[in-house]
Amino acid sequence: MIHQSKLWLGSIAATMMASPLAAQEAMGIDAKVNEAFANLTGPFVSLIFAPFPGTSFPWIVMWLVIAATIFTLYFGFVQFRFFKHSIQLVKGDYSDPNDAGEVSHFQALATALSGTVGLGNIAGVAVAVGIGGPGATFWMILAGLLGMASKFTECTLGVKYRNEYEDGTVSGGPMYYISKGFSELGLPGGKILAVLFSVFCILGALGGGNMFQANQAHAQISGIVGDYPGWITGIIFAAVVFAVIVGGIKSIANVTEKVVPFMGILYVGAALVILIVNFNMIGWAFGQIFAGAFTGLGVAGGFVGALIQGFKRAAFSNEAGVGSAAIAHSAVKTKEPITEGFVSLLEPLIDTVVICTMTALVIIISQQLIIDEATGNYMLNEAGTAIATVDGNSGVALTSAAFASGISWFPYVLAIAVVLFAFSTMISWSYYGLKAWTYLFGEGKTSELVFKVIFCIFIVIGAAASLGPVIDFSDAAIFAMAVVNIFCLYFLMKLVKQELNSYAARLESGEIQKFSH
Amino acid sequence: MTAKIVIGLDGTDTGERALAFAKDLASRMEGCELLAIYVIEWSPFTFQTPEENEQRHKRREEEIELANTRIVTPAVEALQKAGFKAEGMVRHGDVAETLNALTVKHGGSQIVVGRASSSGFANRIFGSSTQNLVMHADVPVTVVG
Repeated sequence: MIHQSKLWLGSIAATMMASPLAAQEAMGIDAKVNEAFANLTGPFVSLIFAPFPGTSFPWIVMWLVIAATIFTLYFGFVQFRFFKHSIQLVKGDYSDPNDAGEVSHFQALATALSGTVGLGNIAGVAVAVGIGGPGATFWMILAGLLGMASKFTECTLGVKYRNEYEDGTVSGGPMYYISKGFSELGLPGGKILAVLFSVFCILGALGGGNMFQANQAHAQISGIVGDYPGWITGIIFAAVVFAVIVGGIKSIANVTEKVVPFMGILYVGAALVILIVNFNMIGWAFGQIFAGAFTGLGVAGGFVGALIQGFKRAAFSNEAGVGSAAIAHSAVKTKEPITEGFVSLLEPLIDTVVICTMTALVIIISQQLIIDEATGNYMLNEAGTAIATVDGNSGVALTSAAFASGISWFPYVLAIAVVLFAFSTMISWSYYGLKAWTYLFGEGKTSELVFKVIFCIFIVIGAAASLGPVIDFSDAAIFAMAVVNIFCLYFLMKLVKQELNSYAARLESGEIQKFSH
Repeated sequence: MTAKIVIGLDGTDTGERALAFAKDLASRMEGCELLAIYVIEWSPFTFQTPEENEQRHKRREEEIELANTRIVTPAVEALQKAGFKAEGMVRHGDVAETLNALTVKHGGSQIVVGRASSSGFANRIFGSSTQNLVMHADVPVTVVG
C-alpha cells in the first residue's frame, strides 16, 4: 500500500530524490534551518520553561493551572453551574430573532474551535502520552475542566471591550480589554501590557499557529509518500496560505471551513469505532490512566513528568488562558458579553475533555507504547526521554500508527485531516497574529501585507525544522501570551464577576427569557 | 377586524406573480392590509472564518439595504400607489420558518408565495422553502405558479 501511494503522491519528492547529491543538498538546507532556528530561539524557550529552583517543574505550567483553579473558585464553578445554560445559548434559545443574520453564538464557537481543534488534539496528545505515559491523560482532562473557567473569563472580556468601528466591523481580544479595562479601573500600565501581549501573540501565531502545524503536516505527508525535504511541503503550504490571506482567494478558505468540521466528526467517529470494537479494553485503559497519573508507571520524571506533559499539552491544545479565543469570540452579536463567555467555556470541554481523551484512549488501547511485562511499567527509549513505541514513532506518526492498528487505511484519511486541520489553524492564527500586528503598527494595506508575508516565510521554516526546536518555540511563544494575559485577568476578573452576578440575578428573576422561535 | 395578507417576496418573476395575486385578492376585501416580506436565507449554524465573522455585521446591513431598495420598497410603493395599506419587511433566517413566524406575530390571516423558484439536488432532498412553508404554516398558504 505504501509503495503504491509513493507513486501517486510522491512525484515531487521523487524528482528531488532522483539524484542523491540533490537530496543531500536539500537535507542540508533543512539541517541548517534547524540549527539556526534552535540557536535563535533557545534563550526564549529556556526562560519560559525555567523550572522552579531545585525541581524539574516548569513554573509556566503551574502558572496556567493555578490561574484556571483560581478562576474556577472565584466564579463558583461557573463551568458546571452554567453548563446547561451554555448549551441553550449555542442552540439559539436566547437569541433575539430580530438579530438574525448577525454572527450567532454557534458560529463564534465553531470559528474558535476550528482554530483550536487540530494538531494539538492529534499530534500534541501523542507527544503527551508518548513522554508522560497514559497518566498524562488524567492531568490533561483535569486541565481541560479547569481551563473552562479561564476561557469564560477571557472571552467575556473580549466581547465587552472590543472595538466597534463606524463601518460596522469589529476588532477584539486581550490587547483591547487589557488597555481599556485597566484604564477603566484606573490602573497604570495597561497600554504597555497590551503591547507586550501583542508581541507574544505575533510570536505565538508564527510558532504554534504556524510552524508547528507546517512541521507536523510535513511529518504526516512524508510518512505516507516517503521521506523528502521539509521545505518543499513548506513552500506548497506557504503558496496556498499566501493565496488565501494575501490574494483574498476566499473560496479556498471557505472550502476548508466547510470540510474541517466534517474531518473533525470523521476523526471522532473513527476513534469511537476503535473504542467500541475494543470496548473490553476501555476499563484497562482508564486503569492505566489513573495508575499512571499518580505513579507515572515508569515514565521519565515519574508522575510529575506525566502531570507536566498533561497540563502542557492541554494548554497548548485548548489555549485556555492564552487569549487567542478572545479574539475569535469577540465578533459575536450580543447585548450581554457574558453569554459569549458561557458559550466559550464549552471549547476546552469539546477540545480537551472529549477529543484529546479519545486520541489518548486509542493510543493506549492500540498498545503502541511498549510495556515491560516483568514490571508492568512502560519501557523507555534508548535516550531515556520518552516511552519506547512499537515502530519508534512519536507525535502525529504515533497517533497514525495507533489508528492504523484498528483501521488499516485510516492513516490516509488522517493525512488529509492533518493537512486540513493544519491549514485551518494557520488561517485562524494568521488572523489572530494580524490583529495583534495591526494593534501595534496600525491598520493599513502595507502594514498588513508585511505581516502576511512574514507569516508565509515561517511556514517554510516550520516545515523544514525538526520537531524538537519547533515544538519548544511554539509552546514557549503561546505560553508567553498566557503570562501577560493571565496576569491582567487577575485585575480584570472583578469586572467579569459584576457581569456574572447581574446576569445570574436577571436570569433567576425571569427578566432574561428564552425567545420562542 | 381587518384581514392582513402576507406576501413572501423572492425577487423573481414568481414572486412578482404572487404580489399581483395578493393585490387582486386584497382588492376584493374591504380594508385589507398587505405585508410584503423578503427573507434572506441564513442559518445560525454555519461555519465561518474569523474574517467573515468580523465583517458580518457590516454585510448584514448591506444585505438588508440591498433587499429593501431592490425588492421590498418598490413592491410596497407600488401597492401603496394602488391604494392599499401596505408595509414591507426584510429579515434573515430560514425562509419558511421566518415567514410563518412573522405572519403569526403580525396577525396575518394568510400567506401568498410564488412556487419554488429554484430546482436542484438540495431541493429534492430537503424540499424547497415553499414546500416547507405549505407543510408547516399556521395559516392558509396560497402558492402562485
